[in-house]
Amino acid sequence: MSVQEVGRPRRRKEDARLLTGRTRWTDNLTRPGLLHVMFLRSPMAHAAISRVDVSGARGLPGVVAAFSGQDFAAEQGSLPCAWPRAADTVIPEHPPMAVSGVRYVGEAVACVVATDRYRAADALEAIEIDYEPLPAVLDMERALAGDSPKVHETGNRAFDFTSTHGDVEAAFRDAPVVIDRTYVQQRLIPNAMEPRSVLCDTDGETYTMWSATQIPHILKVMLAMVTGVPEHTLRVIAPDVGGGFGSKLQVTPEEVLCLLLARKLGRPVKWTESRSEGNLTVHHGRDQIQRIRLAADADGRVRGLQVRLLADMGAYLALLTPAVPLLGAQMFNAIYKMDAYEFACTGVFTTKMPTDAYRGAGRPEATFGIERIMDELAAELRMDPLEVRRRNWIRQEEFPYTTISGLTYDSGNYEAATDRATALFGYDKLRAEQADRRDKGDPVQLGIGVSTYTEMCGLAPSRWFGSNNAGAGGWEHGSVRVLPTGKVEVITGSTPHGQGHVTAWSQIAADALGVPFEDVSVLYGDTAIAPKGLDTYGSRSLTIGGIAVLKACEKVRDKARRLAAHLLECSPDDIEFEAGAFRVRGTESQKTLQELALAAFTGHDLPEGVEARLDSDATFDPENFSFPHGTHLCAVEVDTETGMVRIRSYVAVDDVGKVVNPLIVDGQIHGGIAQGVAQALFEEAVYDADGNLLTTTMADYLLPSAADLPDFTLDRTESPATSNPLGVKGVGEAGTIASTPAVVNAIVDALRPYGVNDVRMPCTPERVWRALGAEGVRR
Amino acid sequence: MIPAQFDYVRPDSLAEACAELGSDEDAKVLAGGQSLMPLLRLRLAYPSKLIDIGRLDALKGVHDRGDHLFIGALATHDEVMRSPLVTAACPLLALAAGHVADPATRHLGTFGGSLAHADPAADLPAAVLALDGVLVAASAQGEREIPAARFFVDYLETSLRQGEILSGVKIPKLGPGWGFHYEKFVRTAQAWAVVGVAVAVKRSNGSIAEARIGLTNMGATPLRAHAAEAALRGVELGDQVRQACEEAAAGSSPPADLHAQPDYRRHLARVLTHRAVRAAAGSP
Ligand SMILES: Cc1cc2nc3c(=O)[nH]c(=O)nc-3n(C[C@H](O)[C@H](O)[C@H](O)COP(=O)(O)OP(=O)(O)OC[C@H]3O[C@@H](n4cnc5c(N)ncnc54)[C@H](O)[C@@H]3O)c2cc1C
Repeated sequence: MSVQEVGRPRRRKEDARLLTGRTRWTDNLTRPGLLHVMFLRSPMAHAAISRVDVSGARGLPGVVAAFSGQDFAAEQGSLPCAWPRAADTVIPEHPPMAVSGVRYVGEAVACVVATDRYRAADALEAIEIDYEPLPAVLDMERALAGDSPKVHETGNRAFDFTSTHGDVEAAFRDAPVVIDRTYVQQRLIPNAMEPRSVLCDTDGETYTMWSATQIPHILKVMLAMVTGVPEHTLRVIAPDVGGGFGSKLQVTPEEVLCLLLARKLGRPVKWTESRSEGNLTVHHGRDQIQRIRLAADADGRVRGLQVRLLADMGAYLALLTPAVPLLGAQMFNAIYKMDAYEFACTGVFTTKMPTDAYRGAGRPEATFGIERIMDELAAELRMDPLEVRRRNWIRQEEFPYTTISGLTYDSGNYEAATDRATALFGYDKLRAEQADRRDKGDPVQLGIGVSTYTEMCGLAPSRWFGSNNAGAGGWEHGSVRVLPTGKVEVITGSTPHGQGHVTAWSQIAADALGVPFEDVSVLYGDTAIAPKGLDTYGSRSLTIGGIAVLKACEKVRDKARRLAAHLLECSPDDIEFEAGAFRVRGTESQKTLQELALAAFTGHDLPEGVEARLDSDATFDPENFSFPHGTHLCAVEVDTETGMVRIRSYVAVDDVGKVVNPLIVDGQIHGGIAQGVAQALFEEAVYDADGNLLTTTMADYLLPSAADLPDFTLDRTESPATSNPLGVKGVGEAGTIASTPAVVNAIVDALRPYGVNDVRMPCTPERVWRALGAEGVRR
Repeated sequence: MIPAQFDYVRPDSLAEACAELGSDEDAKVLAGGQSLMPLLRLRLAYPSKLIDIGRLDALKGVHDRGDHLFIGALATHDEVMRSPLVTAACPLLALAAGHVADPATRHLGTFGGSLAHADPAADLPAAVLALDGVLVAASAQGEREIPAARFFVDYLETSLRQGEILSGVKIPKLGPGWGFHYEKFVRTAQAWAVVGVAVAVKRSNGSIAEARIGLTNMGATPLRAHAAEAALRGVELGDQVRQACEEAAAGSSPPADLHAQPDYRRHLARVLTHRAVRAAAGSP
C-alpha cells in the first residue's frame, strides 16, 4: 500500500530548478535574428497628439524600424474589456498605441525596433512628439462633477451598479446605532519578481508568442479577436513566469504590438520592461473610496449595511477593470447575518494607469471595509471586537447558509478558527498588557487587530459568470496520459507562475493512479501542448484545475479497469484497484497499471469500445465558489513619539478545507499576509497634481522584505468544501484579504484612547504621528 | 533601463586617473557604481567617460596613522563596518556603515563614493561630519585637505574641484570617554533614512562634557546640530537631556518628499537626537 500523497508536506518539485537558475524566463529566450523593441511613453497625463515624427530614429545605427501609433491605426484594434458587468458600462476605444491622444503618463506613443536594446533606447530620444496638453483628471469625486474636464467624450462615468437585498430603509430607520465611515483603498502597484516580457516570432504564416503571462489561453483568443490574426495560426507559450498577483492577467498593449511588429517585419521581436516602466504601465490595483454605513441594535446585532463605492478605473477599461470592484458586491456582508444590504458602485475614469485585478481583486477591499467598521461598531458599543463578531456571524450549525447577498456558503466554522487563534495569540494576556500600557501612559502603546474574513474564490461557475455578463466561463481542463512505460504525464490548462502546480498535481495523480509521486510530470503553459484552459487567477487552480486532473485520472482508471477485465477475463465489476494494480477480487490474478499502459500502447488486444493508449481528459466546472475563511489576529506596538508601527505578533488560523500540500498552503498564506501588510503599512502609488507618477522606483514605492515582517504563527481548521470531490478551497488570496484590516484595526485600537478612529493607508509613521495630533505625544 | 553611450577607462595609477579626469570635463569617476549606475540607467546623467578607479591600491584599505585613521576612498561599506581599526577608534562609522542599504550594496559601495556623491540622505556623510573628518583630494596638482565642515556644499555637490579625486578621509581619534550612536529612522529595513542622527558624546562625572551631532536628510547637505551640541554641554544625564535635544532641528531646512514633510522631520530629529544621545552616553 503506498502512502497517501494528498496531505503530505512535499517539497516542491519546481524549486531545485528555479533556485539553481535552470529557468526559462521569457527575457532569457532568444531566436535567430531577434530584434528588440522599446516604447516611447507619454510624459503627459492628458494631451492631444498633434505630431509624431519618428524619422530621426529611423536612420540611426542598428535601428530597423520606428513606428508611431498612426502606423498601427488600421490594424491594432482596441484592447479588450472582457467583463463589463454593469449593463450601462461604457467601454472606450483603447488603442494599444496612442494615435490621437494620450490619457495617462506611460501610455505608449511610438516604438523603435533595433538590433539591440541599447540602440533602441538611444533612438527613442530622437523621436519628436508634439502634445497639446489637456487638463489631468485625478480626483474621483471631482471627476464626477458636471464641470470636470472629460477623460473620454462620453464623460468620466464608466458605470453605475447597484444591488439591494432586503429593506435597507427599514434596517436603518430608528436603528439605535448607525456608524458612518469613509475609507480609502489606496492605489497599489503589483510587483511581480519577474518583469513583463514578450517575444513573438513568425515563420510568415504562423506566430508563436512567449509571454510572461498568467493567461496564455485567454491571451491567444484575445490576440486573435483584437488583431484579426487567425486564431489557428497563433501559439502562445507562458514559459517560467515569475509571479503575477493579477498583473499578468491582462492582454497588454505590448503583447498586441509585438505580434503586429513580428507580422510587419517578418522577424522575431522581443520587449522586456524595466522596473520603472513596469511601475508606470503594469495595471494598478485597488483605488476605491468606500463610504460605508452600518445600522445595529444596541446589543451589537447588525441590522443593515449600505456600501457606496467610487472605483478608479484609470484611463481605460482593461481586461477586467470594471469587474474588479464588483467582485466585492457580494462580499461586504462577509460572515455576518443581517436584515438588509445595499451595494452601489460607480466606476470613474481618470487620467491614470488603468486598474485591474490585484491579489484578491475586490475581496480585500470589501473585507477591509466590513472588518474595519465591525471594529468601529465594537468601539461604539464598548464591546470586545471578537464579541461583536460572534454575535453576528453565521454559526457552524447554520451551514450551508445563504447570505443576504445571495451566495450560499457551503461550509465553515468561525467559532473553531477564532478559538484556536485567540489561544495561540494569547488574546487575554495581550489585552491585559494593553490596559497596563494605557494606564502607565507608556509612549509605546499596544494595539490588537482582528480580522475574521471569508472570501469567494475558485473563480468558476461558468453559469455564474454568464449570468453576470462575463465574456468567458470558469471551467478548467486537465488530461492524463499513462505512457507505455507506466510513467504519467499530466497536462493542465491552469498555468502556474509560482504556485506549485507541478507538485500538487503530482500528488493528486499519484494517489488517483497509485503511482509514485516521482513518476508524474506536469505539462502546462503552451497552447500547443495544453490546448484547453482558462488559466490561473482568483485562487482557482486547485479547486477547478486540480479537480479536472483528478477527474481525468478517474477516467483513466475506468479505462484501465475495462482493459484489465478483458485481459483477465472477468467482469469490470470484479476488478478492484489498489496500489497501482487491478486485481480480480479475491484472487492473486492482476495487471499493473504499467502492464495495462503497455497493452493499451501496443493495441494488440483491446476490448470492444476501448481505444489505444491509456489516457483521458476532463473538464471541471463546479456549482459553487469555495469560501475559505479564518481568523487573523495582529498585535502592533505604536511608538507614539515617532508614529512608527511595529508588528509584534501575528496569528493566522485559516480554513481552506482539505489541504493537498501543507507547505504550499503555508507559503501562500505567508506571501499573502506579507502583501496585505504591505498595503496596510508601506505601499502606495502616488500621482502628483499634473498626473505624473511619483513612485516609479523602489526607493519611493516601498515593498517590505522579511526584515520588516514578524514571524507568522499559522494554524488551520478544516471544514471541507462540498463543491468539489477533494473538499479543497482556494488559498492564493486569503492571506492578503485577511491581513490588511487586521493590521489597521490593530493600529487604530492602539490609538483609540487618543481619540483616533482611522488612519489612512498606508499607515506611515507620519500619518500615525499626525493622527495623534499635530505635535504628537511627548513625554 | 539602459544608459546612454559612454567611454570607459580603468587606469592603473592615481596619477593616470587624475590626468584622465583633468582632461575631460564631462568624465566621471566610477567607484562602486551604487549611486552612479542608477543615475546612468535612469538617464539622469550623460557622462562622456567613466574613469573606473577600482584598481587603485592607493585608495584602498583602512590605515592607522597614529593620531588618526586614514580610510581609503575605496574601502567598501562592508569593510568599514567590519574593520577592527574603525571599531576601536571611531565606531560611529562602523555603526553608520552597517545601516547602509543591504549586504549586496555594502559590498560594492565605497566610503569615498558615498562622501563624493554627497547625498544628504546617505548615512556616512553625517557621521564623518560629526567626527570632524578631513577629506583628502588628489589631482594632477597634488593633494589638498578639506575639513568635512567645508566639504558638503549643496545637494549632491561638494567642494571637490574639477579633476580632483577623493583619495581618502582622515578621522581624528577621539580618545577615552567617548560614546557613539547612529540612530536611523526608516520605513522599511533597507530604505534610505527619513532622518538619521549620528552622535558622539564625551561623558564626564555623570554629565555630558561634549556632544557632536550630525544630521542625515535634514537639509540639502548633512548638517551639524550646533544648537543642540551647545545646549548639551555640561548637562547632567537625565531629564534635561531631552530639553537640550529640542534644539536638534534648529537651523535645518529638511526636504518634503513622499516619506515625510519638513515639520515631521524636525520632530523626528528632536526625538531621535534624544534617543541617540542617551544611547551614546550609555544612559538608559
Ligand atoms: C539599493 C541601494 C540602496 C542604498 N541605500 C543607501 C542607504 O541606505 N544609505 C546610504 O548612505 N547609501 C545608500 N546607497 C548608496 C550607496 O551607499 C553608495 O554606495 C554610495 O552612495 C556611493 O558609493 P559608490 O562607491 O557606489 O560610488 P559611485 O556610484 O561609483 O559614485 C558616486 C558618485 O561619486 C563620485 N565618486 C565616487 N568615488 C569617488 C572618488 N573617490 N573621488 C571623487 N569622486 C568619486 C562618482 O563620480 C559619482 O558621482 C544605496 C544604494 C543602492 C543601490
